[in-house]
Amino acid sequence: MSLQTVRPDLAEYAREIAEIAREAGLDFFETRFECMDFNTMQQIAAFGGFPQRYPHWRFGMEFERLRKQHVYGLGKIYEMVINNDPCYAYLLNDNSVVDQKLVMAHVYAHCDFFKNNYWFSKTNRKMMDDMANHATRIRRHADRVGFEKVERFIDTCVTLDNLIDPHSPFMQRTRKQPNRGDAMPESEAEDEVVRYKSKPYMENWINPPAAARKERDAIIAEREKKTPLPAEPLRDVLKFMLEHAPLEDWEADVLAIIREEAYYFAPQGQTKIMNEGWATFWHSRMMTTRIVSDAELITYADHHSGTVATSPGQTNPYKVGVELFRDIEDRWNRGRFGKEYDECESITEARKWDKKLGLGLDKIFEVRRTHNDVTFVDEFLTPEFVDRFRMYHYRRDPATGRMVVVNRDYDKIKAQFMFMLTNHGQPYIYVVDGNYANRGELYLAHKHIGIDLDIKYAVETLKRIQSIWRRPVHLQASINEETVVFSCDGENSQQQKISEDQPKPAHTV
Amino acid sequence: MQLRINKDHQRFRQIVKGKIRDDLRKFLSRGELIGKEGKHLISIPVRGIELPHFRYGDNNDGGVGSGDAQPGDKADGSDGDQGPGGTEAGQHILEVEVSLDELADILGEELQLPRIKPKGKHQITSEKDKYSGIRRAGPESLRHFKRTFKAALRRQIMAGTYDPDNPIITPIRRDRRYRSWKTVLKPQSNAVIVYMMDMSGSMGDEQKELVRLEAFWIDAWLRRNYEGIESRYIVHDVRAAEVNRETFFRIREDGGTKISSAFKLCRSMVETHYNPEQWNVYLFHFSDGDNSSESDSRECCNLLTENLLPNVNMFGYCQVASAYGSGNFINVVHEHLADQENVITSRINTKDDIYESLKTFFTSGK
Repeated sequence: MSLQTVRPDLAEYAREIAEIAREAGLDFFETRFECMDFNTMQQIAAFGGFPQRYPHWRFGMEFERLRKQHVYGLGKIYEMVINNDPCYAYLLNDNSVVDQKLVMAHVYAHCDFFKNNYWFSKTNRKMMDDMANHATRIRRHADRVGFEKVERFIDTCVTLDNLIDPHSPFMQRTRKQPNRGDAMPESEAEDEVVRYKSKPYMENWINPPAAARKERDAIIAEREKKTPLPAEPLRDVLKFMLEHAPLEDWEADVLAIIREEAYYFAPQGQTKIMNEGWATFWHSRMMTTRIVSDAELITYADHHSGTVATSPGQTNPYKVGVELFRDIEDRWNRGRFGKEYDECESITEARKWDKKLGLGLDKIFEVRRTHNDVTFVDEFLTPEFVDRFRMYHYRRDPATGRMVVVNRDYDKIKAQFMFMLTNHGQPYIYVVDGNYANRGELYLAHKHIGIDLDIKYAVETLKRIQSIWRRPVHLQASINEETVVFSCDGENSQQQKISEDQPKPAHTV
Repeated sequence: MQLRINKDHQRFRQIVKGKIRDDLRKFLSRGELIGKEGKHLISIPVRGIELPHFRYGDNNDGGVGSGDAQPGDKADGSDGDQGPGGTEAGQHILEVEVSLDELADILGEELQLPRIKPKGKHQITSEKDKYSGIRRAGPESLRHFKRTFKAALRRQIMAGTYDPDNPIITPIRRDRRYRSWKTVLKPQSNAVIVYMMDMSGSMGDEQKELVRLEAFWIDAWLRRNYEGIESRYIVHDVRAAEVNRETFFRIREDGGTKISSAFKLCRSMVETHYNPEQWNVYLFHFSDGDNSSESDSRECCNLLTENLLPNVNMFGYCQVASAYGSGNFINVVHEHLADQENVITSRINTKDDIYESLKTFFTSGK
C-alpha cells in the first residue's frame, strides 16, 4: 500500500525531504516507503530486507534472534532500505515523527549511495522481483523432489556462500579460450599457417610445403595440449562447481540462486562503513540545517547520538564512517592534503593550515562514487584522525583470555583495521585444480595472509563440498606454519603434511 | 497476523528441539544477548545453528576500538574503567527469567522424551489427513479448479494474452494447483508416573529440597510434553502413604526409613489401577539411600525384580548425598539389579547435579 493512503502526513514529509536531498546534491532512484508494524518489520529484516525469500530455517533463526532482541529491549530496527530500482524503504508504524524524518533523510542518502557507488554498479537492480522468483523456484523444486531434500541441499550451499569472487563482476577473469583439447579440423589449421604472397611458379620456394606442414602440425599440437582446469586459480568456487560438478538440474538451480544472492549482498558487505557513514553524514546535515523543528531537536539529538554511540571493543560503522567523511570534507575545504601539507614541519602551522579551497563537498561526492571500505580506510584514515578519536588496537591476552588494549600505534591500528575489512574478514580460498592428479578430484587452496584457518570448520565445510563434487576433495592450507592437506573422500577425512612424492596441483597460490 | 516467516521459524524450533534434521544438532550454538537491567547485566539465551564456513581460527584475535583506555585495560567493556582498588564487585551476568514452559522447552532441547508406547484400548494413536494447503504438484483427482483457474488467469494477464471481450482461459501444466494435506498425528497414550520420596529423618531439609527440585523438573517436563499423563505421589518413612501433588512438594516428615514400604504401596497401586498391558508406567524413587536394614534392602530388590520391573517401562532411582546416611542403597541397587535394563540410577550432591541427573534419566529414551 502506498504511503500516501496510509499516512498522508508522512508522504508529505517524504516529498519534502526528497526535495531537500536533491538540493543537497544527492541523486537517488525513486524511493518507495512502506509503513509496517514491528512483526512484519522483523520478518523482513530476517529475510535480509526482502518481503519474500525461499523457505529456509535460518531465516526463522534470525527472526527469533531479532524478536528476542526487541522483546527484551536490546535493539530496535529503525530503518531498512533495499538496493533496488525503485528503492524500497520501510518505516516502523509506531515511530515518532522525528524518527520517521530521520529515517527518510538517512534512506535517501543510502539510495544515493546505491545508485552512484561504483561497487554497486553491477548489482541486480530488480532484486525485489528476483528474490520472489527465487522463492517460487525453490518452492517448486521442493514440491517436486521433497522439502527436506531441497533444504539439506540449501544448507550445503549456504556453507559455501562466501566462496565467491566479489571483484569478478568488474572484469573478465577468464579469457575466451578456443576450445582446447577438441580435435581441430586440418583445414582450419591450414588457414592459420603463414603464407607469403607469391607468383604461382614461385609458390614452392616462397612457401615451401615442408615448412608449411611443420607449422600446421605445430598449431594442431598446440591446440591439443590440454590446458589445466581451471586455467588459473579461481576464487569463485561456486561458479566452478556450477560448471563442473555433477549436479542435477534442480541442484544446479538452487546453487545458482544462492550464488546470485551472495553476489547481490557482497557490495553491501564491502561498503558497510562508507554506506552507513554517508547516510549518517547526510541525515545529520539535512536534519540539523533544514528539517527538524525547534521542538524536535532534543529527540533528534537523542536518537542520532544513539546511532553513533560507540561501545568498547567494537567499531561502530556509523560513527567511523560519518567522522571520516566529515574529516575528508574538512581537509579538502582547508586544503590539508597534498605534498605541501604533508611536508609541513611546524605543528603550529599545520594546525592553522587553511587555504580556503572549499573543495570538501566535491571531494566527498567523489569518494562516495569510487571507494569501498578497504580503499576508503586505506586512503583517509590519518594519524591525526586516529589520535583525535582515541582509537586503540586490542587483542586477546593469552594469559587471561580477555580482550586487552595493546597500544595506540597508528600503523598497528590501521593494519588491524584493514585486515578486518579485507575480503570482509573471510579467508581467501581458490580452486587450484579441478582434475587433481588426473583423477577428477577437486583441489582447493587457502591463501595464507597471516592467520590460519579454523580446522574444525574447514573439515566440516570440506565434507559439504565433497557431497556436491562427489569425487574426493582436498584443501591445502597452512596450519602453524606448516603446509598441510585436508582430504575428504565422502567417508573419511584426513589431514596430512605435504610430501615430495604427492602429485602437485595445477596451480599454487 | 500470520507471518510468512512463521513456517521458517517453526522449522527452526523443531530442529533445535531435535525433532527433525538430527544432522544439524552438532552445529547448535548457545548464543546470548547481553542486556542491561538497572545495574545488572543480563544474559538472554539465544539458540542458533551455525553452519560451517571456511573461516579464520583462534589466532584471529584483536580489533580496533576507540575511547579512553590505557594499554592493558580490558577492551570487552566489562569493568574496564573502574576506580582504583576495585571496591565494587565485578558485574555478574544473570540469566534472564523465563517462563516455566519455556524452561521446560530448553530442557527438552537436551533431553529425549521417554518413548511412551501406545497402549490401551481407547488410546489408539489417531491419525487424520487434513487438507490444509495448496501445492503445485499432486494427483489430478485433487486438482483445485478455482486456484488453477486463477493461476492461469493471472499468467495470461501478465503475458498479455487475456482478452476481456473473449475471456478464454486455458490452464497449462504450470498453472495447475492441487490440494495438499498434512497427516495430523495425535499420540495418545496411557502413561503414569509414580514419584516416591523418602521423607525420613535422615533426609535433611537440604536433601528434601534437592529431591523436590528434581521431581518438580521431571514432572514439569513430562507434563509439558505429554498430555493426560497421570501422576501419583508416594511419601514414606517406615510407612508409606499416597499424597496429592501439593502435599508431595511441601510435606515434612520424620522417622526411620523402610524403602520397601513405598515399593509395596506402589506395587498394589500398579496392580490395581495400571495394567501393564494398557499403561506405560514410570517409577521414580528419591532417597538418601540410608535404608534401615540390609534385609529391607534385599526385600526391596525382590519386590523390584519380581513385581515391579517386569511391569514398568522404567525405574529411576535418584540418590541425594546426605550427611547422616550411609547412602548404601544405590550400591545395593547396582549390585542386584545391574542386569535390569530399565533401571537407571543417578546421584545428586548439589543443585548443579540436577541437570546432569535429568540427563541421565532421559537420554536413553526408554
